[in-house]
Amino acid sequence: MQQTSIAGKQNLRKKSRLLRIFEHRQLYLLLVPALVWLVVFCYSPMYGLLIAFKDFRIKKGIIASPWANPLFKYFEQFFSTYIAKNVIVNTLLLSLYQLLFSFWVPIVFALLLNQVRHLKLKKTIQTISYAPYFLSNVVMVSVMYVLFSANGVVNTIISNNGNEIKLFTSQAQYFRPMYIGSTIYQTMGFNAIIYIAALTAINPEYYEAAMIDGASKIKRIWYIDIPLIMPTVILMFILSLGNIMTIGYEKAYLMQSPANTTVSEIISTHVYKVGLQSAQYSYATAVGLFNSIVNFIILFLANMLSKKTADISIF
Amino acid sequence: MNNRKLTKRHNMYSKGDVLFDVINYTLMIALCILIFYPLYYVVIASITDPKIVNTGKLLFYPEELYLVGYSKAFKYPSLTYGYTNTLKYTFISIIVSLAVTIPAAYSLSRKDLPGRRTILFLFSFTMFFSGGLIPMFLTIKKLGIYNTTWALVLPAAVSVYNLIVCRSFFESTIPIELLEAAKIDGCSDFTFFFKIVLPLSSTIIAVMALFYATSMWNTFFNALMFLQDDNKMPLQVVLRNLVLSNQLSAGSSGAELAERQKVIDQLKYVIITVAALPLTLIYPFLQKFFVAGVTIGAVKG
Repeated sequence: MQQTSIAGKQNLRKKSRLLRIFEHRQLYLLLVPALVWLVVFCYSPMYGLLIAFKDFRIKKGIIASPWANPLFKYFEQFFSTYIAKNVIVNTLLLSLYQLLFSFWVPIVFALLLNQVRHLKLKKTIQTISYAPYFLSNVVMVSVMYVLFSANGVVNTIISNNGNEIKLFTSQAQYFRPMYIGSTIYQTMGFNAIIYIAALTAINPEYYEAAMIDGASKIKRIWYIDIPLIMPTVILMFILSLGNIMTIGYEKAYLMQSPANTTVSEIISTHVYKVGLQSAQYSYATAVGLFNSIVNFIILFLANMLSKKTADISIF
Repeated sequence: MNNRKLTKRHNMYSKGDVLFDVINYTLMIALCILIFYPLYYVVIASITDPKIVNTGKLLFYPEELYLVGYSKAFKYPSLTYGYTNTLKYTFISIIVSLAVTIPAAYSLSRKDLPGRRTILFLFSFTMFFSGGLIPMFLTIKKLGIYNTTWALVLPAAVSVYNLIVCRSFFESTIPIELLEAAKIDGCSDFTFFFKIVLPLSSTIIAVMALFYATSMWNTFFNALMFLQDDNKMPLQVVLRNLVLSNQLSAGSSGAELAERQKVIDQLKYVIITVAALPLTLIYPFLQKFFVAGVTIGAVKG
């Protein structure tokens, strides 16, 4: 008796789940286009990663192409070239430098802008600061090119003053500073939005109390603003760590010149060149997969660390 | 009255604070100039005689107007089709992306949707792990959309980040009571979405349109990978070819070599200006929307 009633309840629950799904059919219908997109453009390329382990021939397709022998042939091929070490180091260094030099800039900008009391001025500064975000990488690199190349305006002024011109846009030693400088230029204002929003959300009573105690502006920034926006800062930091290996290949590719490839060739530009320009699909996919996995591991570790230390997590 | 206010204010600000303000305001204004000047320079260089530009004498305002660059630019076939292509791709992309993203985001904002968490996870996972360049290229080939408009529009139909921003918007602006009341009146999910939710969502629709439009307007690498014909290339690829790969020519219609070089020099500035102008002119009017967008996104990363 008891047992049948439990079975009956389970039956009912099963039914009610199906029923619930049926009741929500219209909501699922609204989801269908996005789900189709997800399968076709995200998960089917993930399935395509298989070709990193196959001798892929485009005519045979993924399934009929034979397995690579040994299975990790293309990974081994990548690591046995002198290019491997070079592009891995370039990718890591470019990302680390970028994190090191550009991550804190929007935060400082937001803190300082927050101290501007003149509302109209504040808005104007903010509007100007967004402008570069709307420039494409091609426009950005073109602007750098017309300003900094050998016959660009900066070098014209340098040579007018009797100094030797500097090949900012082609020499290897200038690649990283130019890359990171332009990234800061493009993203500072936009990335500051989040911090500015966090700052505006701070309860004004804190400031009033601090002012009564005679705290200066710098002290208010240090003891109120910074601690209160810290959770946002940590969250943004994990997210940028997660993208450490996916550094913008578009700009790196555009900024490449024959003289700077020793530092400007990163994993993704290498993948593009061997994969699409010389059609070594399996090899290029293996290199790309290596990149994705390292990236994922870094994100995972960063997230674990922040979960333990600050109880902030993105998953 | 006024005096008392002033003295009160004076007491609140110490000498150190005044110094801080002076330094801070100077720094902020210097920063604005630093951001604005390069863009301003490109624009004034595009209308100034290249003789002045090339000698480094152009600094603050155009001294000798020279507009041959603009008249030449509009006769440049690659620039004209680059522009029309980009307009077309952007327009189609906005429509397709909105049609796919907004209904999905609403559906995912409904806490009573069975399987919601799993579906959300499947979407967010792709932000951190993807098939990468080559598998994507092969997918495009296999779908038979290589070298068509769809090769640019469809992969960009959803940005998971945008989807999450949009979902958070619905979660925080559409009260559950509204849905319950509508349900009692016999309103279906479709009717509720189209007749009640959409009219309340103009902000998020504008944000999404702006985000998708910006990314399509600026798209470069996907075009390089997924398109083949020169006359299908969007503006950014044309810009790269003309300015960075030095494929400019001023035509050989008898003009002197020096004169031709002059036009080529100016054309670079003209083309950059023309490519960057639309977005830089539009964004100040839409900034309240994208600030809203970014802030909504931050609430629920």
